[in-house]
Amino acid sequence: MTTVANGVNVQALLEARDALKGAPEAAQFTWRASSKWQNGVHSTTTVRDFFGLGQEQSHKAESVFEADHPAVFAAEDNGITPIEYLLVGLAACLTAGVASVAQNRGIQLRSVESTVEGRHDIRGILGADSDVRNGFTDVKVTFTIDADASRQEIEALVAQSQKRSAVFDALTNPTDVTVDVA
Amino acid sequence: MAEVTEFIERFAKVTGAPVRTGTNVTSLRPTDDGYHVTTGGGEIRCRTVVIASGACNRPTVPRLAAAVPASIRQLTPFDYRGPTELPDGGVLVVGASATGVQLAAELRRSGRPVTISVGEQVRMPRTYRGRDVLWWMDASGLWDQRYDRIDDLERARRLPSPQLVGTPERATLDLNALTAMGVEPVGRWAAVRDGRALFSGGLRNVFSLADLKMERLLDTFDAWARRNGRDADVAPSERFPPTRVPASTRLQLDLRSGEIATIVWATGFRPDYRWLDVPVLDEKGRLRHEGGVVDGPGLYALGLPVLRRRKSTFIYGIEDDAREVVDHLAGHLAAHR
Ligand SMILES: Cc1cc2nc3c(=O)[nH]c(=O)nc-3n(C[C@H](O)[C@H](O)[C@H](O)COP(=O)(O)OP(=O)(O)OC[C@H]3O[C@@H](n4cnc5c(N)ncnc54)[C@H](O)[C@@H]3O)c2cc1C
Repeated sequence: MTTVANGVNVQALLEARDALKGAPEAAQFTWRASSKWQNGVHSTTTVRDFFGLGQEQSHKAESVFEADHPAVFAAEDNGITPIEYLLVGLAACLTAGVASVAQNRGIQLRSVESTVEGRHDIRGILGADSDVRNGFTDVKVTFTIDADASRQEIEALVAQSQKRSAVFDALTNPTDVTVDVA
Repeated sequence: MAEVTEFIERFAKVTGAPVRTGTNVTSLRPTDDGYHVTTGGGEIRCRTVVIASGACNRPTVPRLAAAVPASIRQLTPFDYRGPTELPDGGVLVVGASATGVQLAAELRRSGRPVTISVGEQVRMPRTYRGRDVLWWMDASGLWDQRYDRIDDLERARRLPSPQLVGTPERATLDLNALTAMGVEPVGRWAAVRDGRALFSGGLRNVFSLADLKMERLLDTFDAWARRNGRDADVAPSERFPPTRVPASTRLQLDLRSGEIATIVWATGFRPDYRWLDVPVLDEKGRLRHEGGVVDGPGLYALGLPVLRRRKSTFIYGIEDDAREVVDHLAGHLAAHR
């Protein structure tokens, strides 16, 4: 279909889309993470297994994520803060989207870089002001993209990647979250 | 309106087809050699049927409407008659396509505070380079684009109506026009939680997508004019400012506070096939057809979005479709004598 090489197997994705249209059950995935408290506000979360295409699946390897608070919060800084993981997820998801859409549109990418900034008024989490929310005040992503495309085409790539992004949707739209005690 | 009525009445006379007005079809079912039609005025047997019952029989209202507090009056465009019939207070218009933008403008002009919840939308200037945008759609051949030449037909068929209004001033009614009037845009309505409406924080991208698509459309028009030596017939090329994003948009609105007294659902329309006792609907209740040839022998459709071309759902756009669909129908009759 295209001769560009961004390393995204768009053909497989398009085939999956067609196959799953008629098989909504197979499209039901469950992503999982397990977390363990260490000490203070330090925790370790591991990710390996997930469910999809009707059966249990595993990543090639387990990934381990340390979360903590920085020294300015009087913590040990064994890892990034939990809310920074949201930035990691957003950047990764939008970047993957840019690459996939570019591949599908036959646009050769040379480099895709982005910075993600989440502004956060911590008076919310500290309970210092009940009018301030706990989460981000806002999030700003800035892409710098070098590609064989016009500025307009690049803007369209970035717009389309937001439109199809799981993390962008999860951050911009409410999700029903249940937290139980086992 | 009177012109349209007259046009249709004259057409009925000219064709000489037996028109039965005020006659509802309550059931259509297959028989050995065709179809059996039950109407409020008797039974009809026929070998072929053209379903031309329209694409907009019922308003579509998202499920979250059920979670709206009872103190708020909810209306669809089928119930709406004018601003004076609404309770005092603010109005939340949901949907910013042709219907939503027109109702939001009318309500705002009546002096009410109006908030508009904006999802995917198709932005268009009413006039471009001195001509009506529909002139461009037609002249550039875009409207004639065939259903089997469109990359993502499913998407083309789901596309919301363009933000257009017909007025003597031929004014553009996009979101910039609405915000200039004091209408407040919010993101797509995602959920109701604890009596609060929660709106998507993705408004900026919804605006960018619409702006980019409009730019591409105008580029297409410019390229067509250049290629066909029409640049001299039209005004110089022009571009419109991007949709302005308010400095801060509200992500939630307390539906119990009294700020909003009425919600107008301008969230689209769909056909009504409850009378159709033929298994030709897909899992989403849409008619299964290939360019108007329905998935049932001798059964045809007209007047659905991008049935055979982009203009299929416009009054004058049906003519070419009708010719081709009727050709097929005649072929079916000839083959099944
Ligand atoms: C708000 C709005 C604005 C529009 N503006 C324009 C415009 O400016 N220009 C333009 O070209 N087009 C416009 N259109 C599109 C135009 O209205 C349609 O293209 C046209 O009406 C389609 O004609 P139709 O005969 O296919 O369907 P319809 O006009 O919907 O007619 C279908 C008919 O079938 C009848 N019917 C349905 N079910 C049954 C049944 N079971 N038994 C008997 N009868 C039944 C209905 O009562 C109706 O009379 C607009 C549409 C809308 C919704």
